[in-house]
Amino acid sequence: MNRTYELMFIVRPDMPEEDLDKLISTLETAVSSSGGTMKSVEKMGKRRLAYTVRRFHDGLYVLLTVEGSGGLIHELERRLRVTEPVLKFISVRIDEEQKRLAKIKAIRDARKKTSAAPAPAAPEGGEAAPAAV
Amino acid sequence: MADETKGPATAEAPAATEGHSQRPPSRGPRPGGGPGGPREGGRKYFRRKKVCKFCVEKIENINYKDVRLLAQFVAESGKIVPRRLTGVCTPHQRRLSSAIKIARNIALLPFAGRAL
Repeated sequence: MNRTYELMFIVRPDMPEEDLDKLISTLETAVSSSGGTMKSVEKMGKRRLAYTVRRFHDGLYVLLTVEGSGGLIHELERRLRVTEPVLKFISVRIDEEQKRLAKIKAIRDARKKTSAAPAPAAPEGGEAAPAAV
Repeated sequence: MADETKGPATAEAPAATEGHSQRPPSRGPRPGGGPGGPREGGRKYFRRKKVCKFCVEKIENINYKDVRLLAQFVAESGKIVPRRLTGVCTPHQRRLSSAIKIARNIALLPFAGRAL
């Protein structure tokens, strides 16, 4: 059962770049060893926190997109929890949302095509018009 | 059919300002509020109909990472602004509030008080 998750975590702002890279690579090996794939790694850089976390006002945000089972996410969360410089983390399942968005996009594209090609499609086109207004 | 339902709706607004004797009981439960014309000494002003930002701009992707979007719907105190003030439709408000709650958990938005 493969699902897509986003794993966002914050590390303390004074963490050296190499250490952060090392942490990410360990997570990556953990992902690949349990049969998942790391789809993307994005370092969002230093950001102001909305509230103080462990007396820090800033943090380095990292966003991972992971494909794998729930057990894998559980393992990643455990690792993040025991990693000392990680201030906060959250994992969000995104595949269902992505599916929903893709569906909406497909409907919109289809509608755009039908409205572009036969412009005076009188009775059926009339239904879509008030919704747009 | 559509024309029939449209007719009374448009006719209702002028009738309310005129102060018809039959109108007031029906005005009570009307949720829209409408212009408070008759009460304020016949002063005419129209409260602009609020529309859902997400429906108008066709934003379907309400994501917790989009702080700039979410911050528009969070009051200074950190509270989620209610639908009746922002005009967001119910399905979008539902997604919006869950996105704001996720954003709060990862310190993108404050739980209380303004961002530091």
